[in-house]
Amino acid sequence: MRKTVLRKPKGFNDVYKHKPGAEKDRTHYCPGCGHGILHKLIAEAMEDLDIVDKTILISPVGCSVFAYYYFDAGHFQAAHGRAPAIATATSRANPDKVVISYQGDGDLAAIGGNNIIQAANRGENIAVFFVNNAIYGMTGGQMAPTTLEGQVTTTTPYGRNVDTDGYPMKMCEVISQLTAPTYVERVSLHDAPHIRKTRNAVRKALLNAKERKGFQFVEVLSTCPSGWKMDPVKSMEWVKEKMLGMYPLGVYRDKGEEAKVITRPVPILEPGTVWEKLGISAEADVDFPRGDVPDEYRKMSIRVAGFGGQGIMVTGQALASVALEYGYNVSWLPSYGPEMRGGTANCSVNIQDGTIGAAEAVKPTMLLAMNRPSLEKFEKTIVAGGTLIYNSTLIDIEPERTDIKVFAVPITGIADELGNTRVQSLVNVGAYAAITGMFNVDHVIELLPKLFKGKSQTIIDLNAKAVKAGFDYVKENF
Amino acid sequence: MTDAKYPRSEVKKDKCKGCGLCIAACPKKVLVFSPKLNSKGYHYAEYAGSGCVGCGNCFYSCPEPDAIIVYLRDYDPEKEV
Repeated sequence: MRKTVLRKPKGFNDVYKHKPGAEKDRTHYCPGCGHGILHKLIAEAMEDLDIVDKTILISPVGCSVFAYYYFDAGHFQAAHGRAPAIATATSRANPDKVVISYQGDGDLAAIGGNNIIQAANRGENIAVFFVNNAIYGMTGGQMAPTTLEGQVTTTTPYGRNVDTDGYPMKMCEVISQLTAPTYVERVSLHDAPHIRKTRNAVRKALLNAKERKGFQFVEVLSTCPSGWKMDPVKSMEWVKEKMLGMYPLGVYRDKGEEAKVITRPVPILEPGTVWEKLGISAEADVDFPRGDVPDEYRKMSIRVAGFGGQGIMVTGQALASVALEYGYNVSWLPSYGPEMRGGTANCSVNIQDGTIGAAEAVKPTMLLAMNRPSLEKFEKTIVAGGTLIYNSTLIDIEPERTDIKVFAVPITGIADELGNTRVQSLVNVGAYAAITGMFNVDHVIELLPKLFKGKSQTIIDLNAKAVKAGFDYVKENF
Repeated sequence: MTDAKYPRSEVKKDKCKGCGLCIAACPKKVLVFSPKLNSKGYHYAEYAGSGCVGCGNCFYSCPEPDAIIVYLRDYDPEKEV
């Protein structure tokens, strides 16, 4: 039906209720900002293509980060430059939705340069609207990859020098070199006829996206009157005079009738199916009854630290995995250097009944220090009244703290006696069980085949001995 | 007749940021800056009262979602839902 009135499109929210402050009926954009114009064209196309209820918009970092205030769509806000990655996931997990990635030039062409190229190369079912205003607008008008040669910005006070700063990045040209993209066009907002062309491009991209015809890329030459320090009308003239020469308008790619509907493998969204695939029971079943755990050990935040190869990560995983079987909430967070062995390594494990907040054990209730540097580094972080277990085989200094409980356990020695240093991890678990009373040794041993899936019975038996040895040492000596 | 009721452009003065893009885009020059200020302190755009041809340039040039409404020639307030 032909329109008889042009007014705020239905692709916008009625009221921008998430926008802070009193002005919930207008945008935060500066007077004359090109974002507003493009927003209107997108919102109108959403209404006219009847996709308001199936659009998910990924907002970038930049002035348009707040696109989520305005559009009546689902939203994700991506880390700087990562909108195409988030859009990829969103599109694949929601094949019936229209996914828009809205990005500026700093976001798309600088920090997110590789993200956009990879998403384009995969031909993701997303519509990308790339706003090119030749600077970083939000942060105060710094040089962007798209800044013109000779253009003065706050970081190029003498003008962009191509010998030091490189040349303006032509993203449509770059993207159109790839095979996958369906539709690539550069348009401009500098006057009413060009706004109409932009409107057509927006509609075409969104129609293609609605039909899931792969990757749509629309570069929109826009203005930043505030960053350019020009009035809005002058800035439109500047686009025409300066930017069009460097960024020629036009269609760079249009597969047209040949554009295929791109279908991806169907995602698994049923939790039950995911758990089944992972071999995990969908029920939050508790296999083991809890023993008598003293209050001080009921909310554990544990740091396990040592060097790579000491079974630090395995210790942490084993503690978390076993605790899970008692119905605790757990988390495990590794932190290690680039080396697989020999570098420093530590992990944080949380075991408690309540909701776990930060996974990192910044102030652990227990430190399990496997070597001297770890003791020196983390001893001071233990909370007062907390617990320290240290590997007395390798650590030849005494802990300094007097306000904590200390257990010196020759972990490496115990493992060596069993004939394999690598079973230290389960010695740790045994010692932990003895100190906290949280785990029953027999339960841990029962779980070993699950923890060491695919390992030989010999290894499982050896680890069973290790658990017992760690447990017994603590029981006999403390 | 250029002074018919429709087409007509209407600027919501308190939502206007005074950027002037609609004024520059208007082919008939029937949008002007008001000498008055709105609640935000901008000289807002306003329709001169006649001469609009309903091209919609002002609507599409305006960066504010809800600052301009253009009633086209066939607009009938009776049919508005």
